[in-house]
Amino acid sequence: MKLLNVSGSPHVHSDESTKKIMWRVNLALVPTFIVAIAFFGLNALLISLVSVASCVLFQWLIEKFILKTPSTICDGSAVVTGLLLAFNVPATREMVLLVIIAALVAIGVGKMSFGGLGKNPFNPALVGRVFMLISFPVQMTTWPKPGENLFSMVSTPTSDATTGATPLGLIKENGVQAAGQVWDYFIGNIGGSLGEVSALAILIGAIYLLCRRIITWHIPVSFIGTAFIFSGILWLCDKTVFLDPVSTILTGGIMLGACFMATDMVTSPMTKAGQLIFGFGCGLLTIIIRNWGNYPEGVSFAILLMNAVTPLLNRWFKPKRFAN
Amino acid sequence: MKAKDIIKNGLIKENPIWVLVLGMCPTLATTTSAINGLCMGLATTFVLMCSNVVISLLKSVVPDKVRIPCFIVVIATFVTIVQMVMQGFIPDLYASLGLFIPLIVVNCIVLGRAEAFASKNNVWHSFLDGLFIGLGFTWALTLLGIVREALGAGSFFGVNFIGGADGMLLFILAPGGFLCLGLLMALINHIRSKSKS
Amino acid sequence: MAKKAESTLKNMLLSLTLIALVASLALALVNNVTKGPIEKVNQEKVANAIKKVLPEGIEYTINADTVSVTTEKGPANVMRYTAVDAEGNTVGKAIESFDNNGFGGKLTAMVGFDAEGNISGYEILGSSETPGLGAKADKWFQKDGKGNVIGKNPANDNLTVSKDGGNVDAITGSTITSRAFCRLVATAYDAFKQEKGEQQ
Repeated sequence: MKLLNVSGSPHVHSDESTKKIMWRVNLALVPTFIVAIAFFGLNALLISLVSVASCVLFQWLIEKFILKTPSTICDGSAVVTGLLLAFNVPATREMVLLVIIAALVAIGVGKMSFGGLGKNPFNPALVGRVFMLISFPVQMTTWPKPGENLFSMVSTPTSDATTGATPLGLIKENGVQAAGQVWDYFIGNIGGSLGEVSALAILIGAIYLLCRRIITWHIPVSFIGTAFIFSGILWLCDKTVFLDPVSTILTGGIMLGACFMATDMVTSPMTKAGQLIFGFGCGLLTIIIRNWGNYPEGVSFAILLMNAVTPLLNRWFKPKRFAN
Repeated sequence: MKAKDIIKNGLIKENPIWVLVLGMCPTLATTTSAINGLCMGLATTFVLMCSNVVISLLKSVVPDKVRIPCFIVVIATFVTIVQMVMQGFIPDLYASLGLFIPLIVVNCIVLGRAEAFASKNNVWHSFLDGLFIGLGFTWALTLLGIVREALGAGSFFGVNFIGGADGMLLFILAPGGFLCLGLLMALINHIRSKSKS
Repeated sequence: MAKKAESTLKNMLLSLTLIALVASLALALVNNVTKGPIEKVNQEKVANAIKKVLPEGIEYTINADTVSVTTEKGPANVMRYTAVDAEGNTVGKAIESFDNNGFGGKLTAMVGFDAEGNISGYEILGSSETPGLGAKADKWFQKDGKGNVIGKNPANDNLTVSKDGGNVDAITGSTITSRAFCRLVATAYDAFKQEKGEQQ
């Protein structure tokens, strides 16, 4: 039976199977995972485990009982979704249980309702994250301070003493003078979601993916580059209102989004030109939402919006045909 | 046509929400709670019933070329009556549904039934059709309201069952409406196709 | 089935006119019945809100006037209801105040003050804030809410949200609504302080 399975897109022209790619993506997420545990402790570990386990479980359940198709949980894509989902929530005690709902939405609504891997128009992990952000705005914006309560199993009361705002949140509330040190932003010693805090760890994973040719440079570079240039222009216009471009790209989810989520093969354009425009749109929308939107962070919305444009980009920049 | 067929038609076979997918604006906007869905459904049922009867009565005296304006005048009259009565006697409900009551005029179910049914059938059948299409609309709206309220606010007709915990806000907001509508529609059509075969 | 009327100009005009005439007659009739109750409901809404926000346990009569206040967006008029006891002393004032920059747009509320200017109560009259977040404003700033403003005096207590350096705890996740509410209270206090306004 196995020979008869035609895997969904991405159809890759080398000998690499979807399975191999997905497990390599998982490997690339390991540095970020380690940093998350180092900064947020047991909660980060628990959230990741619960998230991955429930993503795999829901995919298995849906395939077995609703779609009645052969199980594809071994291809590792549910694990990728689970890890990315965990990386997109704050490391609080409540999230350990709430992430199960997020996993159900990500896998059930974001992926399986479209027919499974390769057919989903939107990045499933981001669908889960945006669902959570709108459904549980309080829980999704309660951030633990990095390096505190590493081993605490008890629920921490959400008081000012134990919660730290994200740099973007602080800046939104108090203006740019609340910005911190660039070095802290780079290594990740800041408040934020599990996997978005450390630019360093994300870059290590991204470089691995680039070397393995699982992703190309087009989307991350145009995404981050656009965000850098656009925020730089704004910063030069008024330094008292807008955040400097270096801090802009190191805070929030730009790094994580640009390297791991915008580059998702299924939901990003196929051609290089399409990918450059995709990244440009993500970067532009992110900065627009951050500066003029209601939410302090706009990466997930920006990527989802550009996901929606992907079919159009694929039409405008058709991949070359081999036969005429 | 038998009365039984008309009843079944309105409630299930040509249910305006699950099958015809008509009148989505009030459906998505007012079903943030079970009680709102129920009341919106009943208000629409009243308008449908009255307008179907009157239009059926008028069908032979209204010239073809001006039938749509005539129907709209009749429908708008009943909607305005509902609105004024609600504002005067049930102000709490009016406060939460107020904006959507005038919009019943442009609900395509009402004009749709006038054009497709009442202008071609006798008064008794038109009355039944209005009543049961309306009730079909009502049960669909109420079900949608119950599900959205339960998920979004953790309550059933206003009675909280999850204590101090928060509901999933998304379901009270517009995207949750679309999500619930789609999933329920899938479920109900699944059941219908199962019972058919 | 009866024969359909023909679409001649005469028939069309006649039928439309007749239907419109009957419809307007019916509406006039219903309006006659519901006019009273609707007016009563609207008056009761305001009267109830005034009663709710003014200090309890005092007998008073209400004098209504409009006063002009300065908001961030320029001058505006608000309704002021002054409660006067039997001897003619002012025992409190209720102001129908508003702010245009809530999360979902305009926020209106009745804010009550006692004679010294301490807030005696408030009632949200109209808002389009997000359910579960900003819509919590109806209870959040009450006496048993976390951002209690009752009993405080805008002149002495800094009634802005704590993030702006004030003494009011913002609704969790809804700073914008909380700021709008604080501005609304400030507008109300502005109206409270003013001398006699335009009599109604």
